[in-house]
Amino acid sequence: MIQDSGMARHALWRLLGLIPTLLMLITVAFFLMRVAPGGPFDTEKLLPDDIEANLNARYHLDEPLLQQYFRYLGQVAVFDFGPSIQYKDWTVNELIRQGMPVSLTIGVAAMVLAFIFGTLLGITAALRQNTRADYALMGVAMLGISIPNFVVAPILILLLAVYAGWLPAGGWDWSIASMVLPVVTLSLPVTAYIARLTRGSMIEVMHSNFIRSARAKGLPESVVIRRHALRPALLPVISFLGPATAGMISGSVIIERIFSIPGLGSYFVQGALNRDYTLVMGVVIFYGVLIILLNFLVDMIYAWLNPRVRYDKKR
Amino acid sequence: MTKSADIPVIDPFEAALGVTDVKGRSPWQDAWHRLLKNRAAVYSAFIMAAMFLMVVFGPMLISWEPDYTDWDYTSSPPSLASGHWFGTDAVGRDILVRTLEGGRISLMVGLVATIVSLLIGVSYGATAGYFGGAADRIMMRIVDIIYALPFMFFVILLMVVFGRHILLIFVAIGAINWLDMARIVRGQTLSLKNTEFVEAAKACGVGDWDIIRRHITPNLLGVVIVYVTLTIPQVILVESFLSFLGLGVQEPMSSWGALVSDGAQDMESAPWTLIVPSVFLTVTLYCFNYIGDGLRDALDPKDHL
Amino acid sequence: MALLEVKDLDVGFDTPEGEVHAVNHLEFSLEAGDTLALVGESGSGKTQTVMGILGLLAENGHASGQALFKGKDLLQMNSLELNQHRGSEIAMIFQDPMTSLNPYLRIEKQMIEVVMHHGGLKKAEARTKAVELLRAVRIADPERIIRQYPHELSGGMRQKVMVAMGLLSEPELLIADEPTAALDVTVKAQITHLMSELRKKSNAAIILISHDLGIVAGLCDRVLVMYAGEAVECGSVDQIYYEPKHPYTQGLLNSVPRLDRPDDTEMVAIPGNPPNLLSLPGGCKFRDRCPKAFDACTQSPPMQVGQDLHAYRCFLGVPT
Repeated sequence: MIQDSGMARHALWRLLGLIPTLLMLITVAFFLMRVAPGGPFDTEKLLPDDIEANLNARYHLDEPLLQQYFRYLGQVAVFDFGPSIQYKDWTVNELIRQGMPVSLTIGVAAMVLAFIFGTLLGITAALRQNTRADYALMGVAMLGISIPNFVVAPILILLLAVYAGWLPAGGWDWSIASMVLPVVTLSLPVTAYIARLTRGSMIEVMHSNFIRSARAKGLPESVVIRRHALRPALLPVISFLGPATAGMISGSVIIERIFSIPGLGSYFVQGALNRDYTLVMGVVIFYGVLIILLNFLVDMIYAWLNPRVRYDKKR
Repeated sequence: MTKSADIPVIDPFEAALGVTDVKGRSPWQDAWHRLLKNRAAVYSAFIMAAMFLMVVFGPMLISWEPDYTDWDYTSSPPSLASGHWFGTDAVGRDILVRTLEGGRISLMVGLVATIVSLLIGVSYGATAGYFGGAADRIMMRIVDIIYALPFMFFVILLMVVFGRHILLIFVAIGAINWLDMARIVRGQTLSLKNTEFVEAAKACGVGDWDIIRRHITPNLLGVVIVYVTLTIPQVILVESFLSFLGLGVQEPMSSWGALVSDGAQDMESAPWTLIVPSVFLTVTLYCFNYIGDGLRDALDPKDHL
Repeated sequence: MALLEVKDLDVGFDTPEGEVHAVNHLEFSLEAGDTLALVGESGSGKTQTVMGILGLLAENGHASGQALFKGKDLLQMNSLELNQHRGSEIAMIFQDPMTSLNPYLRIEKQMIEVVMHHGGLKKAEARTKAVELLRAVRIADPERIIRQYPHELSGGMRQKVMVAMGLLSEPELLIADEPTAALDVTVKAQITHLMSELRKKSNAAIILISHDLGIVAGLCDRVLVMYAGEAVECGSVDQIYYEPKHPYTQGLLNSVPRLDRPDDTEMVAIPGNPPNLLSLPGGCKFRDRCPKAFDACTQSPPMQVGQDLHAYRCFLGVPT
């Protein structure tokens, strides 16, 4: 059918665009790490020269930088991120496999929460535009955007874990209780932003001519909102999901630190501080690919929801 | 058949209505009026002005030095009697003066990094927008790519790579935050380039530089002001994230992020060490966001964010 | 009982600069099968009249007076009650089909929802009816068109779709707001023809809003000329076109090219601008641009109604 070929072509075009992004990501991260003064073995007690030379050789750190780069690209192409320099008995792949489920769970849960609550709040505020409820909701949303998560987290821990004792103050044992605080804290700024975004978008849509047409047809307001207004109103929110994920991944670094969660964010910070090149690269690439794929998915969903985007190549 | 010459001239329109003096309002005046009507933005501006004054002059007026350790009053709660109105931390340093000093750093980083952001963003965006075509497409593609990646990772990498020198913090943060500015400036430049008044100026023989100076720049000013105001809190936030992780400004300098981090350590025994800097930080971000929002609505009235 | 009776209709908008009076003391009535044209410049209040009657005003708008549809006052109804009449007995064709059609839904979905909701038809039946109607408005290959999105159609086709949507529910009152603006002449003729056929078939009443005097002449029986929110002249098409009594109407007719006059006849624009709706002048609102104004015009002129039901709001011709 006509629309399928439009979608397929669009998808292919987007997919091709991903490769330069990935390449740039890997290159920048690689060279940035190598430029850092100090190597991975400087922090340990002074090693005799020959042992250090052996270690360097083992991790190919004695080769010229460009050669290391291409060797690394080759490895990445087969998904081999190499051994961790810092955690000597582990490969990076194994470490990622350990940390990924944790970070992914928190991230996905936070994203789903943010989307559902954010859009609900935003739509509610939009339908009650300029009433007290609207101002209150938007004021709270602004607060959500403004309070840094490392402020919210300790306060919530203080209130809900220390004083009330309802939830654990940190740690991760796959129980719902241990998930609540990190997920909520992580999702807060994104929820707030989505709420404001949805509200603005919904208000704009509700003032369009085609909404007036729908009302002139005698359709009940709930149908007008559901069938005619919702889809265009949510389009900017869908677009935002890409950057929202990137933002959430950034935030997870802090959240994992505060709540002592053994996720990829923690590995990253430790790796950066200890010059564990392979681990840092591995995490960066992993997250990078994730974000890129998600952006791609979001693009596809957007094109599916907005027919005008699909066909602008034709006319 | 009436010919136009036959229709008698009638009383001037305005006189008949009784309206004599219709003063026009420039778009800037319009925007100013709209801004003043936005109560949240106005209150926020006053609060920010107060904050600036406190942060600049406060430490001079308070009798405690930020690194003075008052052994009589370690970890003591806020009280008027002890002279430490906002309490002290674990080694007896006065929280209020430390918070105000920290504010100096946070706000300064905010301003300077924003300026870095501004310079990079505006030049990049204006260039892309003005030249258009392939150059524009490539430049914007690069922006898209960078935008898609988690900034935190790069800032952390940069800090790890270059150490914690304060100048580098400015540059690092600014180098990450210019993307929004570039996009907006490029968009504005593109639409300005094609406006009729620029075309008219060209048709009258006005040179490129004059066009840029007299027509394009004043129109860019509006969006730039809005985004500068919105970038400042973003930058302060990034700096405080870094400080929180221990990658920000070095001791003995302290910023709000570091103070919150310290406060979080002692939050069970001395919650005020957490709360005071948190409130200052949050209020600042909150107000800047409202001001930026208000500016955006004033310059481009649409009921959005 | 008249199908639609509008009495003393006022429509205003609250703005930061004050109240904008879009429509003032408007009155007219319509029987089944009547066609009435609302004619006037942009800003004369034609569209807002209709929006006010149907409860489609913007949030800062309010309407007062009476709009009796089959005896029931539309202005007193809440949206629930209005929804029973809107889209079923009263249909509206909007001015700009690009923005009046939902760009995110296929034509099919937008068309069938009307009859499914009001007529209780099932999806298949509604679809058949919609396709039939698209064929009736001379859209070729309606089965394909109906699956498309608005932006895939040409301007003329979009307008025809709007007309078809309006006719779908077989309304008793059809309101068309500039249905042929921005269309080329042949399409204009087609659409006008369609509407007159509808009226012959189902005896629907039509309110046509237009500033195209040619279309008006072709379709309508009666014309209501509006200026600054008020009715200034009302009568049959012949009366208005051949014996305009109000200076504004005369000015309008002089400003368009006419086949019934010599080629070199000058088209005279009416000098000046319409008044500011925020602060309307007292007395006759046209006097500042009127070539025949005199001292009496500072008072509000009466609506003079002749025996032939030709009405105009002016002091001229008032026996002193």
